[in-house]
Amino acid sequence: MRLSEIAVPNTLLARVAEAWAGVPAFGWLFWLALAWIGMIVFAAGAADLLPLPSPTDMDMLARRAPSSFEHWLGTDRLGRDMLSRLVHGARISLTVAILAPLIGLLIGGALGILAGYFRGQLETLVVAGVDVLLAFPPLVLALAVMAYLGQTVANLTYIIGVLSIPAFTRVARAATLSIAKREFILAARAMGATELRILLRELLPNVILPLLAFFLLGVAVTIVVEGALSFLGLGVPPPAPSWGGMIGEGRESLEMAPRIALLPALFMFLTVLSFNVVGDTLRAHTDPRQGAA
Amino acid sequence: MLGFIAYRLGYLVPVLLAVTLLTFLIASLLPGDLAHAMLGDQATPEAVEALRRDMGLDQPLWWRYLNWLSGIVQGDFGRSFRTGEPVLRAILARLPVSLELMLLAEVTALAISIPLAIHCAANSGGAFDRVVTGLAFAKLSIPNFMAAILLIYLFAVELRWLPATGYVPLDEDWLGNLRCMLLPALTLALAEWPVLMRVLRSDMITVLQEDYITMARAKGLKSRRILFVHALKPSSLTLITVAGINVGRLIGGAVIVEYVFALPGIGRLLLAAIYTRDFMILQGVVLFVATGFVIVNFLVDLLYAVLDPRIRHAPK
Amino acid sequence: MGLASQRAARATPEETPLLALEDVAVELPSLRGVLRAVDGVSLELKAGRTLGIVGESGSGKTMLSRAVAQLLPRGAKLSGRVAFDGQILSELTPEALRRLRGRALAFIFQDPMTSLNPVLSIGSQLIETLREHLRLDTLSAQRRATELLGEVGIPSPEQRLKQYPHEFSGGMRQRVAIAIALSCEPKLLIADEPTTALDVTVQAQILDLLAREQRRRHMAMILITHDLGVVAGRTDEVAVMYAGRVVERAPTRRLFKAMRMPYTEALIAAIPELEAPPHTPLKAITGLPPDPTRRSPGCAFAPRCPRVGERCLAAAPPLAGDGVHDFACWNPLRPPA
Repeated sequence: MRLSEIAVPNTLLARVAEAWAGVPAFGWLFWLALAWIGMIVFAAGAADLLPLPSPTDMDMLARRAPSSFEHWLGTDRLGRDMLSRLVHGARISLTVAILAPLIGLLIGGALGILAGYFRGQLETLVVAGVDVLLAFPPLVLALAVMAYLGQTVANLTYIIGVLSIPAFTRVARAATLSIAKREFILAARAMGATELRILLRELLPNVILPLLAFFLLGVAVTIVVEGALSFLGLGVPPPAPSWGGMIGEGRESLEMAPRIALLPALFMFLTVLSFNVVGDTLRAHTDPRQGAA
Repeated sequence: MLGFIAYRLGYLVPVLLAVTLLTFLIASLLPGDLAHAMLGDQATPEAVEALRRDMGLDQPLWWRYLNWLSGIVQGDFGRSFRTGEPVLRAILARLPVSLELMLLAEVTALAISIPLAIHCAANSGGAFDRVVTGLAFAKLSIPNFMAAILLIYLFAVELRWLPATGYVPLDEDWLGNLRCMLLPALTLALAEWPVLMRVLRSDMITVLQEDYITMARAKGLKSRRILFVHALKPSSLTLITVAGINVGRLIGGAVIVEYVFALPGIGRLLLAAIYTRDFMILQGVVLFVATGFVIVNFLVDLLYAVLDPRIRHAPK
Repeated sequence: MGLASQRAARATPEETPLLALEDVAVELPSLRGVLRAVDGVSLELKAGRTLGIVGESGSGKTMLSRAVAQLLPRGAKLSGRVAFDGQILSELTPEALRRLRGRALAFIFQDPMTSLNPVLSIGSQLIETLREHLRLDTLSAQRRATELLGEVGIPSPEQRLKQYPHEFSGGMRQRVAIAIALSCEPKLLIADEPTTALDVTVQAQILDLLAREQRRRHMAMILITHDLGVVAGRTDEVAVMYAGRVVERAPTRRLFKAMRMPYTEALIAAIPELEAPPHTPLKAITGLPPDPTRRSPGCAFAPRCPRVGERCLAAAPPLAGDGVHDFACWNPLRPPA
């Protein structure tokens, strides 16, 4: 049990989660968010195929240029095309944003399910391990590890992935605890099914839904964490574009051309918001504790 | 009460030990060698070897950990590679700035959240409630560094009311200090208020439906008293706990904010250590910050018990 | 108790009633439609008199009491007139209503565990009322609070002031609630099932306490309960409620001796007798109260009434009688000779 959970009744997490219930469910906002995600993912995936100038080509004669025919969204302080950098940045940010929580989902999900299903010492070990990881402020830990391991996109993905494990473990364990009590699990056991079979065929399909909803929220968080690291210059290594890095670079041009910082900020905001809306809506519909699934 | 504290302390010690272990192990992630990283690529193999022996890097891992740990508990966090300054001294010199920032941020966040939450809860479902809730949700998608840039753009570049960067020490000029700290504190506060507001609002809505609130109305008490005394106190438990847990997020956020606004705090020390590859400082700051985080959570637990008399008197 | 003797001296039989309800109805929104919890109730209560309101759960008695104090839940619609102490409550400003509550009009809730704030001390919950309505300073308020706790029978009141509700037993908590209700010398006290949540052994003590204080302060009181045994000997008048309406109303003794409405007879018969031999079956009333969202045109009790006739199913009987003893029945019981 986390230090703060020992004194605080289990309802604390439930209350914080409840506090966010009441997000519009499958309303127009949901579909709008889904549309934006679709558009960004498509653009990022098709980045190389789109008729865009290279994101790293510098045009020293057209630095901080306003939007024009050649550069639809203008150029940054080194004369690089903004639109192209936004689209290529999307590709890199989204790649990290999807792969990192995937690590968390696979490892954290597995740990959480095993801990919640088998209980006992395994559970204590997993929970204690997760608590120790949670004892570090995540950004500080990420910075430290990047400093020691070296600044590459791969390392970035690994460390953010590892940092997301505790959250997935928690969600998976909570979902497992509430589902393992149900009768169809007992029925399967009574029919002589092996534990592995129960885990894979009965438990997993039910736990995967809340995990997937949480995964989308994880994508949103990862975009933010990667953005913060890149903003500090310690995330995606330049000159590769990333939204966070672009915001950081745009900082010194706030007076002359604020668009350089504000455009990637807008894109990041809309993308993070969209994943939050979709993830939250799905979570409200799949949380087994709220009797949905 | 003392038994209660002792019981909680029993959990604190192992967690702190685990934190030290993990911090130490992270340092060993460095590919290659610490001594090599310090001296750079130009160093001769003999110089590297000498430094290795000097720093005890040829000893087994467990020995190095215990050696390091014994130094820690005596206050010896090592010395900076660059300046030779004792790490602990460097940290403590910058601690007040970070503390002031975090304190101002938390106070501002509460000052924003509490009135909003009370008003939303008292008129839940109304237009004000829905607008504020929507804003809170939207704010969650604006990370600290983005908020910092937006605030700088709005207040420093466009309106020119406040400075974009810089720091004036508190004892030198408290007004100037406040001017420099306002935007950074506001940035962090804006990151905290959505969760604080929503948690308090949710709890208050539940509490306002309790019988003792109807009883308070039946007693003819003023609305203000009912909201702020009868309803706020039982609703504030989750709020206080979340505020305490948020200290960790504040620490992470402080790194960004100190960097953007050029404040000489621990966050900037951490970043400087990374940029200059000063691993002694890096290790010391990480350990210091993680330990502080664990201890703050521990204190939050105690505070929670003080506020709710039922926890104190509950049988163990 | 100068105030009480002044009141007693002023009260005359022709005096206008302290509380007058005229065709009061309460509608609540529910998932199945509009729920008429109170369906046209008219009652009067004179100063210093006690009225008992008796009914099963769902009869509307609690909603009626809330309607008097104007403490209905959100979304509830109140119609009809409630006149208290010469003022029509629905016409008062919220501020005037607030000053009335806790002072002239006091309320006691059913469950003292939930009606007292668990995170505030008993003392502060007592003192705040005194400070709000009587404008006492902290010291006088503390002294008065200690006195009040003593008056309701709580030992060592000075220490008890600082304690929290969970440190009291159920009966003690209700005594505290009574102390709070009486603290500002109310003219009317509404007690909503004050003993239902308490142990049987404690119930009589609490009821006796209420009766004693009512007499001492010459205070009007409404005692709401589902248990006819509670009102016997402790009230001047009784009104029996069923399905949101008053179905019989009489001075207490007359009700018990010469009830006219079959429902009242069934209620009295359902009270278990101590003298009856063991394993005597309880005379419960068959059937269930009607669904308040669907009203039939006839008498609401008809489906369960042993004396039901054709007329009973066709139209609802009005509440009528000689003004002292009224009942709503087409086929009432014969009065004893």
